[in-house]
Amino acid sequence: MSDEPISQAEKDEAAYFAERAKAQGAASPGAAPEAPAAHTLFDVQEMELNFGPQHPSTHGVLRLVLKVDGEKILEVKPDVGYLHRGTEKLFETETYPMGIPHTDRLDYIAAATNNHAFCLAVEKLLGVEIPRRAQLIRVILDELQRISSHLVWLGTSGIDLGAVTPFWYAFREREQILDFFEEYCGARLTLHCMRIGGLPFDLTPGWTDRVSEFISDLPARIDDYEQLLTDNRIWKRRTVGVGVISGEECIEWGLTGPVLRASGVEWDLRRAKPYECYEELDFVVPTRQGGDTYDRYIVRVQEMRQSARIVRQCLDRLEPGEIRGKVPRVIKPVAEEVYASIEAPKGELGFYCVSNGTNKPYRMHVRPPSFINLQALPRLAKGHLVSDLVALIGTIDIVLGEVDR
Amino acid sequence: MNLPPEFWTYLKVVLLVATVPAIVGFVIVLAERRIMGFMQVRLGPNRVGPQGTLQGLADLLKLVTKEDITPARAERAVHFLSPVLAVIPALTALAVIPFGPPIRIGKQMVPLWVADLNIGLLFLLAITSIGVYGIILGGWSSNNKYSLLGGLRSAAQLVSYEVPMGLSLVSVLLMTRSLSLVEIVRRQESTHLWFVFPGLVAFFVYFVSGVAETNRNPFDLPEAESELVSGFNTEYSGVKFAFFFLGEYTGMIVISCIAVTVFFGGWLPPFSHVPALAFLGFVPGAVWFLLKVAFFIFCYIWFRSTFPRYRFDQLMALGWKWLIPISLANILAVAFAILLTPRRTNGLVALSWIYGGLFVMMFLLSKLRRALVRRDRLAASGPAEAGAEV
Repeated sequence: MSDEPISQAEKDEAAYFAERAKAQGAASPGAAPEAPAAHTLFDVQEMELNFGPQHPSTHGVLRLVLKVDGEKILEVKPDVGYLHRGTEKLFETETYPMGIPHTDRLDYIAAATNNHAFCLAVEKLLGVEIPRRAQLIRVILDELQRISSHLVWLGTSGIDLGAVTPFWYAFREREQILDFFEEYCGARLTLHCMRIGGLPFDLTPGWTDRVSEFISDLPARIDDYEQLLTDNRIWKRRTVGVGVISGEECIEWGLTGPVLRASGVEWDLRRAKPYECYEELDFVVPTRQGGDTYDRYIVRVQEMRQSARIVRQCLDRLEPGEIRGKVPRVIKPVAEEVYASIEAPKGELGFYCVSNGTNKPYRMHVRPPSFINLQALPRLAKGHLVSDLVALIGTIDIVLGEVDR
Repeated sequence: MNLPPEFWTYLKVVLLVATVPAIVGFVIVLAERRIMGFMQVRLGPNRVGPQGTLQGLADLLKLVTKEDITPARAERAVHFLSPVLAVIPALTALAVIPFGPPIRIGKQMVPLWVADLNIGLLFLLAITSIGVYGIILGGWSSNNKYSLLGGLRSAAQLVSYEVPMGLSLVSVLLMTRSLSLVEIVRRQESTHLWFVFPGLVAFFVYFVSGVAETNRNPFDLPEAESELVSGFNTEYSGVKFAFFFLGEYTGMIVISCIAVTVFFGGWLPPFSHVPALAFLGFVPGAVWFLLKVAFFIFCYIWFRSTFPRYRFDQLMALGWKWLIPISLANILAVAFAILLTPRRTNGLVALSWIYGGLFVMMFLLSKLRRALVRRDRLAASGPAEAGAEV
């Protein structure tokens, strides 16, 4: 094998990089030309390590270009876009109701919350009122989705740190939640379970009983996971003090969700800007002060418990009634701009919708929590080891469908 | 019919050293997958043969028929040699393990070990540390950065853990005054005392180092799946990969065998001097040996499905800052116990009681500490957790 470029594409690439290097050199004429270093025995050599897009711990097709000294990380450059499908552009080409299925594919392990945020934005444009039953069911679906999303996070980030067993326990419970979704709307992941103005279907008979039973079991199940991890010495050593970020810094980076709350900022849109019926529900927004990976773990685990409480309260309040508000047959909102956001499992998920008075949005922008939280990865990872990087990718809880859209 | 003694030696080499580990290895693979399946609320392989018993054969068939890939820029010779280097020392180590007392075949007494070296323990330490080269060279020769990192990790890890392992065995050496493994078992028989009791600390240090030596959870850093994508064996496929696999599992067997021989009385039944338990002696020694080894293999599997993985620097800290000082202090304690008492056995018994007391105390303290930590955490998290009952 030789180092010569072989194909035309590689030649082009080489030429491009050569030119770019030249341009950079011209931009900073003061920089001394790098002398070819003679390698002695004790030279520290930086190694460039390509982490992903095919890597078991990047949770999808995330690519990170690392500069490492041994195992110490000097620099992280996230390279996103491997899953880019032009979703925001697709919204513009289709009518409002046709946009909902696309949102399923954003954060594909929490489709219900995506549907919800999209519908909220359009409903805000239309100014429709959602019937109470629909609101309650939406909240139930959201919170079940939050639990399932956190379970996936718990399992996969456990595997990242070498703890394989919690994964199976977490997925056992998640499977039950997916069964509930399947029973409700026929789909398990790409749910398409909300409509503009309400819901597509009413609950099937007995659904609430089964959910209620599951919710009663859940705290004990969560105790099981905690038994394996929370006080585990190795788990603590791998997570405490890893990727510490302060509350102010979180706000500067625009981080939201459990990452923000683990740094001591009590900011949860369900509390701060309540939507649907969250105002009347009794729940605690779990916060921690440390801002490290361990605290983010604790916050998520406690959020699952709180979500179970919320579901329980909504189930108790369910009464027969309408599930769809008065929505025109053809959705043609007035020309206006709105922003609606909800507390998705991973943080603030917002839709910024610009309408020009036709039946298709003029522009639909998504504010994905994963993408914005991922920005902080280079900041979090600096100075840590490669093993910590894996923990950090897990603790931010990204889904590439949402990062790349 | 009188067979020449060489015949038995050759037969034992073929059986005990070359064939059995391979078969046992596949049994362990199956057991591991089934036991982990049980621990992880899933089934594990149960399709091939009754209850999945032939899964090992199927795996072997798959690995043998797979394409054998050598990366284009690999050091071909080293890349080829390193899986061999990983297996041969592990297999060779089995030659000095006494699997059971001599058994009578025809008119001859045939010992169940290939060789009773008078430097047995030293030989084991020497030969098992050669296995590291397989991993280091495999990682380096693959010309893959992840493999290289895996190889480097294992180099540092294995060198660090050789030391506490050797030191913990030194304390046993003080008790037996012999390096021969057969002699060590005989001594445990004559003193009516398994060395795990006076050597409790040494045993813990030994087994932790042993788990680290074999690159198993929670010390499986060289092949950390989620970090290094299998590490040193990323670029290996087919038979070569199977060799690394076999090396790892044989390593587990060797470490367990040494633990059993040195600390758990080898082929001896438990408490054979107690008359009430004398009936246990009817079970052949080799079976006792096998049972004890199986227990340690089970521990390996148990660890794997329970613990997260240590980080590299933490692993080093554990080895150098804890295990080595502890094993050094233990050597001193054992030496004093032997010197200060007129009969060495008395000193060892006294040491057993002291260590036993310490162990129970530490166990209770850790329980207490755990409970306190948990209480503090619940108090700190306050209403969030308190209001969690649904």
